[in-house]
Amino acid sequence: MKPNVFKRHLKDSWKSLRRNGWMSVAAVSAVTVTLLLVGIFMALLMNVSRISTQVENDVRVRVYVDRGTKKAEETKLEKQIKALPNVKTVKYRSAKTELDTIVGSYGSQWKMFSGDKNPLNNVFLVDTKDPKATIKVAKQAQKLKHVSEASYGGSTAKKLFKTVDTIQRWGIGFTILLLFVAVFLISNTIRITILSRADEIGVMRLVGATNSYIRWPFLLEGAWTGLLGSLIPMLVVDIGYGLVYANAGLTTAANGYSLFPTMPFLFWLDVALAAIGIIIGALGSVVSMRRFLKI
Amino acid sequence: MIQMKNVMMKYDNGVVAMKDLNLEVDPGEFVYVIGPSGAGKSTFIKMLYHELTPSEGDIVINNYDFKTMKPSEVPYMRRLIGIVFQDFKLLPRLTVYENVAYAMQVIETPDKDIRPRVLEVLKLVGLEQKLRRFPSELSGGEQQRVSIARAIVNKPKVVIADEPTGNLDPETAEGIMSILERVHDNGTTIIMATHNQQMVDEHTHRVLEIAGGRLVRDEKEGSYDSEA
Ligand SMILES: Nc1ncnc2c1ncn2[C@@H]1O[C@H](COP(=O)(O)OP(=O)(O)OP(=O)(O)O)[C@@H](O)[C@H]1O
Ligand SMILES: [Mg+2]
Repeated sequence: MKPNVFKRHLKDSWKSLRRNGWMSVAAVSAVTVTLLLVGIFMALLMNVSRISTQVENDVRVRVYVDRGTKKAEETKLEKQIKALPNVKTVKYRSAKTELDTIVGSYGSQWKMFSGDKNPLNNVFLVDTKDPKATIKVAKQAQKLKHVSEASYGGSTAKKLFKTVDTIQRWGIGFTILLLFVAVFLISNTIRITILSRADEIGVMRLVGATNSYIRWPFLLEGAWTGLLGSLIPMLVVDIGYGLVYANAGLTTAANGYSLFPTMPFLFWLDVALAAIGIIIGALGSVVSMRRFLKI
Repeated sequence: MIQMKNVMMKYDNGVVAMKDLNLEVDPGEFVYVIGPSGAGKSTFIKMLYHELTPSEGDIVINNYDFKTMKPSEVPYMRRLIGIVFQDFKLLPRLTVYENVAYAMQVIETPDKDIRPRVLEVLKLVGLEQKLRRFPSELSGGEQQRVSIARAIVNKPKVVIADEPTGNLDPETAEGIMSILERVHDNGTTIIMATHNQQMVDEHTHRVLEIAGGRLVRDEKEGSYDSEA
């Protein structure tokens, strides 16, 4: 399409958006509410899933070796663990190293357990390929010979996965519902435009306008609606997330976890909101065009 | 230019408005389509610009074979045709100038070519003084002249008119007719459905008479009533 033709379509669609007055306002508001929730959900879900990944990555299986197990048997055990499905890496830490760590972080009074008095076991630290496999790997390792115990950072992680899952499922379901409402409202305003321009469309067809030429202004009107509807959500999400990050960011960082830094996270979030707005707007017009634009 | 082969048109309600129609129109001809009300004149015209698709048979205009052309080709086929209606079908929100320019815009004519051409055709139909008027500020004859200007602005090969003088008094009708004659003189094929006996008799051209959905007379240099 030539640029001047596109400019004409842009102007046309904008005019028509304004002519539809309150219908347009309603459609834009619907998009606004929808995208507001979509924006909040997206920011929330992405951060929750980021943190849960960080937590997941902490989750590793600790396989305690029976005390008094011979070196050769330990080597064999290591091979067996490595052979388990989903195992990514296996790291060996002797009881002495374990004790040194404790002494390092909790103080020298633990030193009295050094040498033969060391009550700790040698340990294999097992990272899994898929964090969700930790439980299974732990259970399988438990059954191996010379293993006194296999534990994992279990129950908290499990709960977290579950919560994330629930939030995700409900959030996505609710968002899809809202998207439908927005598409419906947009398609309604576009329908008004199409009907009010029936004469014009008739003339266009008679003088040989192509179907795509006829469709463009409606598609653009929908896109405008979506884009306008994304403005307030962008603003709210930008400011809101900025505040949350400033306040909660440090706290979470202290715990070893971190939220997405505001940049470029907010930039991409805004782009996504605008894109979703435009897409649902265009979708709304397509729905209407299919039903009311007989070409 | 235009061929119709065994064309039959049956409406959804079962009315057969056209049957056994075989016809050829050469480039540059002027053809009247006459017949009593309900004979099928409008049906004939609508089939020509592909508003109606024949139930049987085939229509070919230039290189466009209606049976085999794709839907996406219809707009390009229509650019060969200029259409004029009894009720003008002008856009009330647009001025005279805009109504005509609109027809060029929607087929994506470059902006710079639009103005000179619009002025040219508005001069041809004698409306160069009324560019900024809205259709509601014009007489019926003037509105019809705008619609003719719109029909010819894209230089169609054929102008199809369904009772273009139907609502006009004889004098005004004569004015419209002389414009169509001028368009014809420039080499455009004209196909015009009409009830206007005087017109057909005074401006002699080929006459197609339709009655009850059949072509009953096809006469070069014909008159409104059959000679027989
Ligand atoms: N959309 C339609 N559905 C069903 N029948 C139709 C339709 N349009 C026209 N007809 C019928 O087809 C026949 C031809 O109608 P058409 O409009 O072609 O006549 P006409 O010659 O143009 O008449 P007039 O001089 O009054 O304009 C008539 O019997 C009419 O009732
Ligand atoms: Mg008719």
